[in-house]
Amino acid sequence: MAAGHVWTDKRIENILGNLLRAGVVFSAVIVFCGAVVYLARHGRAHADYRVFQGEPSELRSVPGIVRDAVDVSGRGIIQLGLLFLIATPVARVIFSIWGFAAEHDRMYVVFTVIVLAILIFSLVGSSQM
Amino acid sequence: MNILEFTALVFVGSLVAGLLGSLTGLGGGVVLVPLLTLFFKVDIRYAIGASLVSVIATSSGAAAAYVKEGFSNIRIGMLLEIATTLGALSGAFLAVWVSTKAIAIIFGVVLLISAFLSRKPRSPAERNAPPDPLATRLRLNGSFPDLEGRRSYNVQRVPAGFGIMFGAGALSGLLGIGSGALKVLAMDQAMRIPFKVSTTTSNFMIGVTAAASAGVYLHRGYIDPGLSMPVMLGVLGGSLVGAGILVKAETKWLRLVFSAVIVLLGIEMFYKGISGGI
Repeated sequence: MAAGHVWTDKRIENILGNLLRAGVVFSAVIVFCGAVVYLARHGRAHADYRVFQGEPSELRSVPGIVRDAVDVSGRGIIQLGLLFLIATPVARVIFSIWGFAAEHDRMYVVFTVIVLAILIFSLVGSSQM
Repeated sequence: MNILEFTALVFVGSLVAGLLGSLTGLGGGVVLVPLLTLFFKVDIRYAIGASLVSVIATSSGAAAAYVKEGFSNIRIGMLLEIATTLGALSGAFLAVWVSTKAIAIIFGVVLLISAFLSRKPRSPAERNAPPDPLATRLRLNGSFPDLEGRRSYNVQRVPAGFGIMFGAGALSGLLGIGSGALKVLAMDQAMRIPFKVSTTTSNFMIGVTAAASAGVYLHRGYIDPGLSMPVMLGVLGGSLVGAGILVKAETKWLRLVFSAVIVLLGIEMFYKGISGGI
């Protein structure tokens, strides 16, 4: 039993690692595409980040970002890439639930679900607060 | 300065920060916020948002390599992520109420502490503590590859480690850093986990911790695409190059220089916070 346990752990860890790398590469490519559009259109404008104004509302929520990206707004596409990047660790947590369940490790399924609930609250629920 | 020039300069700065952070193992995130606020005059809230995003990228990008080496312990990571994500949420909410001056002062202090921690000698490799009942119940004890095959270890003082992890998460959420140094401190010093396992597991946890505060930052409008883009691509590129170089002989000297840079930036952030320059 011990050998099978180690093997499953190892395999899950490998898949987790590849998942993370794929997520980062994918989001970096989208951010880069957005950057090309953004710099081509606004590259000559004046850069100023001295005063904090906060992002416009459409770049603060998931539906707004998707809408902006579909409209081929450079900033919208970059923000969509960043959203994929934030989603990468979340995907890792979701996959871990499956992994622990496959090992019949109920205690760690519960722990992982707690972490996922906190992450989902941050991404979806925290805007109402 | 127009956007094209600004983007190029921030990209180069982030590339260097990511490269040095990866070569020294101190992480590039910790110098990014001072770099952006002190040299590029970026508002600290935008700087924190951009830094947090780059932290997710480097942590997730490096995790793949670490995981394959078999050092990280996913159970320790997952259990402690409950503490770090709760801390990160608290820190991110706190960031809205704390003045930017106070954030600059806290940042300065954290920089000085991280520089100090990085100079501290590593704990002795040999540890033969008996198994702790709570750690055994939580199935945290593990083993890692060593010169003579696999060496097993027994995790100690889980509640203390859990508590420090909550603090590490809160700092990460408040300042937009990975707080890897504090995470390693919790695992290596408090929980008596071997150093190599602590550092790799810490890196594994940083992405999830940062994602917990990133949601709050996004809703608050702290994450600016125009600024985050060169920072994320630069730090990611720098850390990938750094991971590929792996020059063992030079790191001691590099760590010394990088620690000195961190101390200077820490003093500058602290001073700006007190004098109201931020």
